[in-house]
Amino acid sequence: MSFDEARVAAGAARRIGEPILTLDDISLAFGGVKALSGVSFDVCEHEIRAIIGPNGAGKSSMLNVINGVYRPNAGTITFRGEKRPHMEPRRSAERGIARTFQSLALFKGMSVLDNILAGRNLLMKSNLFLQALRVGPALREEIAHRHRVEEIIDFLEIQHVRKTPVGRLPYGLQKRVDLGRALAAEPRMLLLDEPMAGMNVEEKQDMSRFILDVNDEFGTTIVLIEHDMGVVMDLSDRVVVLDYGRKIADGTPDEVRASQAVIDAYLGVKH
Amino acid sequence: MTAARTHALTLAFFILLAIAAVLPMATGVARFPQWLEIVIGGLMTGVLYSLVALGLVLIFKASGVFNFAQGAMVLFAALTLVRLMEKMPFIAALAVTLAVMVAVAWVIERLVLRPLVNQEGIVLFMATLGVAYFLDGFGQLAWGSDVYTLDIGMPKEPKIILGNVFEGGVLIDSEDMVAALIAALLVAALTLFFQKTSTGRALRAVADDHQAAQSVGIPLNRIWVIVWSVAGLVALVAGVVWGSKLGVQFSLAQVALKALPVVILGGFTSIPGAIVGGLLIGLGEKLSEVYLGPFFGGGIENWFAYVLALVFLLFRPEGLFGEKHIDRV
Amino acid sequence: MIYRETGQFKSTYASDQQLFPILQDRVFVIAFLVFAFGIVPFIASEYLFRAILIPFLILSLAALGLNILVGYCGQVSLGTGGFMAVGAYAAYNLAIRVPDLNLLVVLLLAGVFATLIGVLFGIPSLRIKGFYLAVATLAAQFFLDWAFARIKWLTNDSSSGSVSAPPLAIFGVPIETPAAKYLFVLAILALGALVAKNLTRGAIGRAWMATRDMDVAAEVIGIRPLTAKLSAFAVSSFFVGIAGALWAFVYLGSWEPLAFDVNRSFQLLFMVIIGGLGSILGSFLGAAFIVILPLVLNQMPGWLGVSLNTATISHIEVIIFGGLIVFFLIVEPRGLARLWSIGKEKLRLWPFPH
Repeated sequence: MSFDEARVAAGAARRIGEPILTLDDISLAFGGVKALSGVSFDVCEHEIRAIIGPNGAGKSSMLNVINGVYRPNAGTITFRGEKRPHMEPRRSAERGIARTFQSLALFKGMSVLDNILAGRNLLMKSNLFLQALRVGPALREEIAHRHRVEEIIDFLEIQHVRKTPVGRLPYGLQKRVDLGRALAAEPRMLLLDEPMAGMNVEEKQDMSRFILDVNDEFGTTIVLIEHDMGVVMDLSDRVVVLDYGRKIADGTPDEVRASQAVIDAYLGVKH
Repeated sequence: MTAARTHALTLAFFILLAIAAVLPMATGVARFPQWLEIVIGGLMTGVLYSLVALGLVLIFKASGVFNFAQGAMVLFAALTLVRLMEKMPFIAALAVTLAVMVAVAWVIERLVLRPLVNQEGIVLFMATLGVAYFLDGFGQLAWGSDVYTLDIGMPKEPKIILGNVFEGGVLIDSEDMVAALIAALLVAALTLFFQKTSTGRALRAVADDHQAAQSVGIPLNRIWVIVWSVAGLVALVAGVVWGSKLGVQFSLAQVALKALPVVILGGFTSIPGAIVGGLLIGLGEKLSEVYLGPFFGGGIENWFAYVLALVFLLFRPEGLFGEKHIDRV
Repeated sequence: MIYRETGQFKSTYASDQQLFPILQDRVFVIAFLVFAFGIVPFIASEYLFRAILIPFLILSLAALGLNILVGYCGQVSLGTGGFMAVGAYAAYNLAIRVPDLNLLVVLLLAGVFATLIGVLFGIPSLRIKGFYLAVATLAAQFFLDWAFARIKWLTNDSSSGSVSAPPLAIFGVPIETPAAKYLFVLAILALGALVAKNLTRGAIGRAWMATRDMDVAAEVIGIRPLTAKLSAFAVSSFFVGIAGALWAFVYLGSWEPLAFDVNRSFQLLFMVIIGGLGSILGSFLGAAFIVILPLVLNQMPGWLGVSLNTATISHIEVIIFGGLIVFFLIVEPRGLARLWSIGKEKLRLWPFPH
């Protein structure tokens, strides 16, 4: 085993907990198009779970269902013990789910610092009037949150651009800000939608390191969609494979890699 | 809101409208002949609103821009025509004014639309606000700001119809009837243009999907000049009809603000919607002013259209005939 | 070189987040405030107070309010004039029906009334965006125009439709001279600017900007776009209402509903666009521009030795406004405020070439 594999294996043995998210028979259709059909799987606490599959398999739709942007037509979602027919974006945020977006939904008009501070919004309590005067509790809260956000900025190594408007940053740094904003909410579960898309080798190594560190140091459960097979096999504890909206494999990276159904799906063999 | 709820509410709206319209007669407050006069008068005003709204719909359909300057274009066209008619016969003046409106369209496309092509709708809307002010000031600077009479030979004497059915008959303004006829002809011509000609087809393609249209070789910039020129033509017709009735004056631009509620009622992308919306607004305004006005000291027609549009925005933002893809939070 | 920041290190977040972290800024602002409060009252002419300074200050306050709504939260409003009217008439009714009420309380309550009406018309905005909202606010404008013209109680049954403000006094001290009025309005504006700055720097300001930039993403991180929009409407209307009351009481003295018509709404929108959307400084720059331009245009024919009548001048003014709106939207959508910060950037090096 490589050093990384050993590390991941040791981590997996050490810390993976009970299922924190269970998806049961989820179906989602847009008009006549069936995005997801009867998909069921679970995600255990502290694990890194990858969702993979050929293009159009329904991976992003699955993520959107998990955090409530889409509502499934059938099935249930159980998160942290609460079973529901669908999630809502705000509720899922309050319960501890954060996510990044494939197309980087950053707040273009704001700086890196402000974007990440915005991610902490749920944790900020002071009301309008105190903020207007910026004294006492409001000021202390701003500073305390600034502290935490700076830690995240250090972690993601973007100190040098903290005051730059995000619109002006190169793509790789914008992706880090997206991750930072999701981390700012101190989530229990992090949904990453193609975090490595459009990156070169070095950037991918950096991002992999960040993901592993987040999982390691904060114990955050991670669900990620990714196309780079090498990354998926190295990072994840378990993998779910979707094809045409159906689950066709579910297990460890090695199990999934050996599955005939998966090989057929990627090679385009009719089934 | 589900489709069923929307349909139910729309139906309820029309039923309420019909009841409200008929109420004054049913309660004996008004007699049929006067009521009919008021209804017809309101509908006629509605036709004029529709004419202005038509230009708005055209531009929005083809370029996704909400042209706040449409009213200013109406005024500018009317002013140009009136002043030119002092120097040359009507037909010549009309031709020259048309050329001027095409030039205006070209300038707007070049200087305003092209640089802002990728911006969000709200930026373009504010840009057309700037254009409206510019045209307003420029028109009055070039042509003067007095009230001008526009005499193009429209019939001015009122006609009395149905004299044998009701005593005294029903008074109708012949000018309004001619205006309605002109509007109907314009709508027919535009519909033919869109459906039957290749340019019209290209315009519809652009309205549907800019990038797809470009990829089959449709020149976007030229299309936009054409659209704005057609809108300019519509503005000219509206200006002529309005100007003949009211005289060409600054308040024309204010009146054109009313076109906004019209397109909200009718739907931003629908030509029949602009007509229906205009008629509804004209009718509603007139009826509410005449029958509700006395309770409030009058002036209801200043805000009736806008409040009606507001109500529509709450329940049916796409309007009666528009496409249902309004952003809601 | 003048604006060089090197050597100014911050060792606490508190100092990094202070209002004017750069020393040169602090010095400039303090000097400016000393000048504005301490020196101008003694050296400015009555004309300067009446025609330039007082309208500039009051309109800045209104522009500040509108900028919060349009610039920071991305909600278009064409009804600002109407909300100013609410503030003005609320203040009027309070002042004459409850005569012993402190002027500051009257102003605050005027702001509250404007907030209530603003939120009322803002609730439909929660479900619509962009130019749809513009029409909704136009509805507010025209309806309020009509209400203040027709509802007799609001104008104390005035036969002419115009009303006059009572003489102004605060804590027994009369506010009659132009200099006194100037100081009064300046103080209120300074306080308002501080509050606006604090709000836009804080969590609520970030919520506004997030809603403006991408409301779907905002919802996903836990911000309620509905709450953000409503709070923007509320705060904006509060500022605008107080500005309206000040405009009526301090600047106009006596007024009729026409003072707050749709042209006023457009004027304020222009201030915010030209000055800079989403910028506190921009609100001031825009207001200054709009107040000064007509005066300059009026004088310019004299300077150039050409004679133009007033109608022509007002047409030219309208042309310039329209043209500038388009110009700024194309060339510098962040308005005069951006030009100002570009200027400051240049000052980092000047007089050195690089």
